[in-house]
Amino acid sequence: MGKIITENLNNDGVDRRGFLKCMAWAGTGTLCLLQGGVLKSFALSEVANMDQSKLKGDLTFVQISDSHIGFDKAANPDVTATLREAIAKINGLGQPPAFVLHTGDLSHLSKASEFDTLDQTLKSIHTEKIFYVPGEHDVLNDNGEQYRERYGKGSFGDGWYSFDQKGVHFIGLVNVMNLKAGGLGSLGKEQLEWLEQDVKSLKSSTPIVVFAHIPLWSVYPEWGWGTDDSAQALSYLKRFGTVSVLNGHIHQVMQKVEGNVTFHTAMSTAFPQPRPGTAPSPGPMKVPADKLRGLLGLTNVNFVRGKHTLAVVDSTLQG
Amino acid sequence: MKTAISKLILAAAMLGTLGWISASNAGSGASAATAQGAAKSQEVVVKIDNFSYMPHDITVTAGTTIIWVNNDDIPHTVVSTNDVFKSKALDTDDKFSFKFDKPGTYEYFCSIHPKMTAKVIVQ
Repeated sequence: MGKIITENLNNDGVDRRGFLKCMAWAGTGTLCLLQGGVLKSFALSEVANMDQSKLKGDLTFVQISDSHIGFDKAANPDVTATLREAIAKINGLGQPPAFVLHTGDLSHLSKASEFDTLDQTLKSIHTEKIFYVPGEHDVLNDNGEQYRERYGKGSFGDGWYSFDQKGVHFIGLVNVMNLKAGGLGSLGKEQLEWLEQDVKSLKSSTPIVVFAHIPLWSVYPEWGWGTDDSAQALSYLKRFGTVSVLNGHIHQVMQKVEGNVTFHTAMSTAFPQPRPGTAPSPGPMKVPADKLRGLLGLTNVNFVRGKHTLAVVDSTLQG
Repeated sequence: MKTAISKLILAAAMLGTLGWISASNAGSGASAATAQGAAKSQEVVVKIDNFSYMPHDITVTAGTTIIWVNNDDIPHTVVSTNDVFKSKALDTDDKFSFKFDKPGTYEYFCSIHPKMTAKVIVQ
C-alpha cells in the first residue's frame, strides 16, 4: 500500500516537504506521484502490481543523459549495450513517454560514427520525439557544427530552443560552449537575452522545465560542476509558480529545492562518476561489474495538470 | 683584466660542459653538435592525468618543443588563453606538440574541462 505524506507547509496545496522526502528515496526506485494535491509514494516493485491507470498524470516524459557513445575504457567497455538496457526500461514503462529528453554528452568524442550509432540505437525507443541539448563531448573540434546539423534544427545560436507540451513550457539551454579558463559552464549574453524574451509573455502559472547539460546550480565548482551565469537565467524564471531544472554531466542523481525551483540531475547510461570530493578527479569511476548497473539509469517525469510540482523518479538499470 | 678573462674562460668551459651534459641527456630529437644546438631542439613532456597537467607550471628555454601526452581515461585539450596554440581533442594516449620560440608566459587550459589550467614559462 502506498504511503501518504501530507505536509501542506505553505497552505498552497503544494506538499513540498513531502516532495523532498520523496526525492530522497529517488535513487532506490520510488515512484512519487502528486494526486489531488497530495504526494503519494510507491516502491517501484508495488507499482508493477498496481492498476496503471491510477498512476497516470497529464504528461509523462523520460530524461536520459550522458550516453558517451564511443567510450570504451574500464569503467564500461560497452556503453551502447547499457544504453540499450535503458531503452528497454523505457519501453517497459506502463505508458510510453510523450517524448524523451537527452541532456547531453550523446557522444564521447564528437565523431560522426558515434552520433550514427546513437541515432541507430535510439530508433528503438517507443516514443514520439526525442529532444537534445549538447554536452561538452558533443562540440569538440568544430564548435558544435556537426551537433547542430544533426540535432539542432529549429534552434538558435549554439543550439538553444523552447517548445510547449500540454501547457508546460520546455526550454533547452546550451552551457558547454565558449568555456573560459578556470570557469564553469556558461550560457552567454546572447542566450540569456533570448531566454528573457522567450518567457516574457508567459503567464506566471505556466509550469517551466529547463534542461541543460551542466548543472545550473553550484553542485561542486572545484570539479566544474556548475554554471557561471545561471543566476541571471534563473532571475527571469523567478516569477513562475513551478520551475524544474533537469541536468546531466555529473553522472549521478543530485537534487535541490530552492523556493519554486527544483533542480535535479540524472544518472548516465554509460559510466558513473564519484560523489563530490571523494576522488582526486571527476572522471569515469570503475566499480565491480555487479555494481555497475545499480549506478546507471534514467529519469521518469510525471506532471499532473493543476498541481505545482513534477513527480520525478530515477530508476537504475539493475533488476 | 686578467681575472675577468679567466672568469670568462671558466664560464665558457662550464657552458661547454653543461652543453655536453644536456646533449647526452636530451631525448631523441636533440643534436649533440653544440651546447646551443642541443638546447634549441629540446623536447619536454607534459603528462595529462586525473584532470591535471603535470607539471602544472613548467619553465623551458626558447626553442623547446613541449609534447603533451594524455594518460587520462577521458579526452582533454590543450588551449592557450591568448590563441597561441590549440590542440584537437586528445583521447587517451594521443599527443600534441608545440615549439615555443618566443620568451614569455603562456597560460593554457582544457576547453572541455576549463577548471584544468596550467602555464608554460619560456625564458
